[in-house]
Amino acid sequence: MKNSLFGPLDPAPDAGWTDAPARKGFLTDTSICIGCKACEVACKEWNAIPADWSEGLTGDSYDNTSALGANTWRHVAFIEQPAAPPAPPPVDLGMPTLRPADEAAAPDGAGSQDGNKPDFRWLMSSDVCKHCTHAACLDVCPTGSLFRSEFGTVVVQDDICNGCGYCVPACPYGVIERRNGPEDAKNVGIAQKCTLCYDRLEAGNTPACAQACPTQSIQFGDVDELRERGRARVEQLQAQGVEGARLYGDDPNDGVGGTGSIFLLLDEPEVYGMPPDPVVTTRDLPDMFRKAGMAALSLAAGAALSFLGGRR
Amino acid sequence: MAECHPVGFQWVMEAKARGARVIHVDPRFTRTSAMADQHVPLRAGSDIVFLGAIINYVLTNELYFHDYVLSYTNAATLVSEDFRDVDDLDGVFSGYDPQSGSYDPTSWAYEDVAEPAAAGTDRQAPAEHEESAGHATGSQGASEEGAAHVHRDETLQHPRCVLQILKRHYSRYTPEMVERMCGVSQEDFLAVCEAVTANSGRDRTTAFVYSVGWTQHTVGVQYIRGAAILQLLLGNMGRPGGGILALRGHASIQGSTDIPTLFDILPGYLPMPKAGNSDTLEDYLGRISTSSQKGFWSDARSYAVSLLKAWWGEKATADNDFCYDYLPALTGDHGTYQTVMDMIAEKVEGYFLLGQNPAVGSAHGRMQRLGMSHLKWLVVRDFNLIESATFWKEGPEIATGEMRTEDIGTEVFFFPAASHVEKDGTFTQTQRMLQWHHQAVEPPGDCRSELDFFYLLGQKVRERLADSTDERDRPLLDLTWDYDREDGRPGASADAVLREINGWELTGPDHNERGDMLSSFTQMKPDGTTAGGCWIYTGVYADGINHSASKKPGSEQSWVALEWGWSWPANRRILYNRASADPDGKPWSERKAYVWWDEEAGSWTGHDVPDFPKTKAPSFRPEPGTPGPAGLAGDDPFIMQADGKGWLYVPKGLLDGPLPAHYEPQESPVRNPFYSQQSNPTRQVFKRKDNLSNPSAGAPGSDVFPYVFTTYRLTEHHTAGGMSRWSGYLAELQPEFFCEVSPELARERGLDNGGWATIITARTAIEARVLVTDRITPLTVEGKRIHQIGLPYHWGVGGGGALVSGDSANDLLGVTLDPNVHIQESKASSCDIQPGRRPTGPALLRLVDTYRSRAGITVETSNTLRGEA
Repeated sequence: MKNSLFGPLDPAPDAGWTDAPARKGFLTDTSICIGCKACEVACKEWNAIPADWSEGLTGDSYDNTSALGANTWRHVAFIEQPAAPPAPPPVDLGMPTLRPADEAAAPDGAGSQDGNKPDFRWLMSSDVCKHCTHAACLDVCPTGSLFRSEFGTVVVQDDICNGCGYCVPACPYGVIERRNGPEDAKNVGIAQKCTLCYDRLEAGNTPACAQACPTQSIQFGDVDELRERGRARVEQLQAQGVEGARLYGDDPNDGVGGTGSIFLLLDEPEVYGMPPDPVVTTRDLPDMFRKAGMAALSLAAGAALSFLGGRR
Repeated sequence: MAECHPVGFQWVMEAKARGARVIHVDPRFTRTSAMADQHVPLRAGSDIVFLGAIINYVLTNELYFHDYVLSYTNAATLVSEDFRDVDDLDGVFSGYDPQSGSYDPTSWAYEDVAEPAAAGTDRQAPAEHEESAGHATGSQGASEEGAAHVHRDETLQHPRCVLQILKRHYSRYTPEMVERMCGVSQEDFLAVCEAVTANSGRDRTTAFVYSVGWTQHTVGVQYIRGAAILQLLLGNMGRPGGGILALRGHASIQGSTDIPTLFDILPGYLPMPKAGNSDTLEDYLGRISTSSQKGFWSDARSYAVSLLKAWWGEKATADNDFCYDYLPALTGDHGTYQTVMDMIAEKVEGYFLLGQNPAVGSAHGRMQRLGMSHLKWLVVRDFNLIESATFWKEGPEIATGEMRTEDIGTEVFFFPAASHVEKDGTFTQTQRMLQWHHQAVEPPGDCRSELDFFYLLGQKVRERLADSTDERDRPLLDLTWDYDREDGRPGASADAVLREINGWELTGPDHNERGDMLSSFTQMKPDGTTAGGCWIYTGVYADGINHSASKKPGSEQSWVALEWGWSWPANRRILYNRASADPDGKPWSERKAYVWWDEEAGSWTGHDVPDFPKTKAPSFRPEPGTPGPAGLAGDDPFIMQADGKGWLYVPKGLLDGPLPAHYEPQESPVRNPFYSQQSNPTRQVFKRKDNLSNPSAGAPGSDVFPYVFTTYRLTEHHTAGGMSRWSGYLAELQPEFFCEVSPELARERGLDNGGWATIITARTAIEARVLVTDRITPLTVEGKRIHQIGLPYHWGVGGGGALVSGDSANDLLGVTLDPNVHIQESKASSCDIQPGRRPTGPALLRLVDTYRSRAGITVETSNTLRGEA
């Protein structure tokens, strides 16, 4: 039997959907994100997510919603990256040189205008549920509240969820969370996260965040096509000298089988608060079952042996 | 732009994707900077040095667009022998009167034009300043006696030709000076110069985009002039991808100057009549244009008479000067700040606030609140119970004991307003484009649109006055006031208003019956046989079709998209687009082809509506001295200017000089290095105990306020917060007022990220949470470290039901104004900052008093117009 808990596959048919439409997802191109947070607001408006301003200023750049959670299904991170300190001038070792001494001693001024300048950077990135190919939250859900939609997305049914919270530590990205408040909000105690606007998708519409994004930083579409688009954009950026440009989540052979939400990042994922090598927490489940079974068998065998030994 | 206009910024991102280079010049690193190819942090208030040095770079290196400059600007025009520049007179132009602090611009005129006859218009008398003269200029462009025949030197070598004057004027604006004054390295500055010049010329164009903060300086108009000079020199006006684009603070601010909420103009930039010199229609029209100037302002009579016919209908006849007498006449400055001071002086009884929150959004919040406390009545129309509606019970002055609720007699009427989705109407955006929006839902509860409110108010007032025999009630009673909705429900029809704005023929025996809709302002008549509420909007309803409601998708029409909305005038998307073709009428280049002369057809054609007389050939030359549109030569693209040329040098029309010259802000920690004249010698100062200024550099006590602060908006909020601080989804994104400081300043003053700071000026002290960030760069100016503090101005104290509140940055500001347009200096002032929260109650006043006495501040401080601070 094929191991559906790991490796590349198309999740909707794997979950039993016949005639499923092409898998849907996001490409979030952070190189053109202007940090306007229209995605956060549109998401909350459409999904009627409660607002909470009581925490006040975080002091963390322009980010006052801090992280993805039950009340923040889109989250824009603001990362202030100080300019790299200028390279120290070459140390004069007093070695013989053919160049005049003043030229040799002068620090290399080249590179200040050619895009390699270690400028201060303010990175902005709109994070969201990854809609993993292998979604641990879904695997561990005991009630069936979390399910795989025909679009290949992972959706919570708030009327079925019993708030057990197993899904919360299962997510390798820390996306899903039980709603703690505010008090008068609906679904307090229920696990909440991005549905990729399941209701809008069913009506043939674009998810609210992608619809609101003014710069097309958030693109919605078929995952296969988005991966292609993302790769082309990375090539383009790298050709322009943006060496840090890379895709995140596009590899079907990664620890979660690739994600439905892929990201174009300009630096290491850690910089954006994303795990560098996420692994679906249920990946080793079959192996664990096997090993646990082996252990049980060994135990049983040992016990049997000990009785056998006793008779001797 | 990304910060305040994220939706419009998508087009910058598209341009960038197609190879455009984006340069952002701003004291702080914003979301725009994050997307730009180059960010240039400069000292707030030093912009003319920066712009002037680019102008100098362009002139010195002969990088200006020679053919464009020679043919389309006044570069070759000779200026009067009497003109003296600021370097000759230690910081003032010729004609300065130190008594009144104003200019007699006679000596600035073109050669042979400076005879006293030019004084037929009203701006020359130095005494004008007493009445604060910005409104005297109007916005119609200066009339210019004899401008149709000027003296030119086609070689551009004559020492008194404009180009040579410009060269001399900006010769001191060097890269070294930029480094000294702006705190910008010569390397960064030259990179800007190279980018701008490499991307201008026949094949390429560069656009300047600014937000209105650029105007909020005592030399605000001259900042924009600086950009205009540069764009004319580089040949970037009237061409695709060029221009100077003003981003407005609200959806229809362009519309509210076209059909003005400003006190000094009438619709279509006709000036307001002024008591004393425009008592008759004849006198009034003489102020707008002279009989001998070129261009379309010479048809001002048609525009004015059509306006009067639109307003007073059959009551307006040739015999009564078309009810010209009904128009109110200005007796002085009635701008917003003067009005507030007049409130304090008990000269103003009532006030309407329509979607405006001056208690938070205007400079010197305390003066605003104090003014409103002297009113008899105040109408606030807004979505929420903003601070301007609650100042009398919860304002900061109640807390300090300066005001007591029981002493305030102001009766406040709060009317909930309808939002834009709850009413029909138009927005006019920065491209002068009207876009119709349809009502989507009915306004909830008692909410009403402004249009309905004023229509019904007008009806009620007219009912009350119906039997009046008082002459002064005639203008109200004789108004055409018939905008009923077609569906019979109470309220006004926005469509009917737009139709009147467009205008119609008047037919019938007495020319009082409505005929066909006008399709162009050129159809307007001076004899009362047409009516139209705003001449520049004529054509929006051509052929009885509301063209502002055109919404054909971009993919289904040309790239200029003439069928999306409607732009005034005549649906032109780029003004002065005759300049997109060379003097012979051919495109400057294939890449930048836009409008050109079709020799065979004998007319102008192209992608846009040509902004030029349709069949006037490029080779056409009028008889010398021919006035009006007929006087325009075939190579006079600037058809509204008195000489048909773009003005590098302004011979008349500005109150503070024909060329931008650097002056320091009213409050600056830096001395002006060009001359002993520290600040704009014509700025509008108010020497009042309730409007004290910090000492500027060079004056004793200036070191008490060593830092520069600048105010601005964030993406997450809208202006004074009336729409955003009451919305949870926005309030949570920026829940608290904060100040942005560099790590270096934080160390210098002991400020902690996330902690509190108190910011102090001569007006008051406020508290803010602290954001320590590398996005604020300390600058080295004149060898001295200059720290700048950033303050978003969205928060206020005491609004009814606001989800988030905080001290208001604008409370720190005083009132000192640009002389031309009375705009406040709110983007470059000085302050001190200290760690910790501010004192409350009377202790706050004591803190501010301590600072005042330490700095030795009196009403005279920084308020001497001529000379050093």
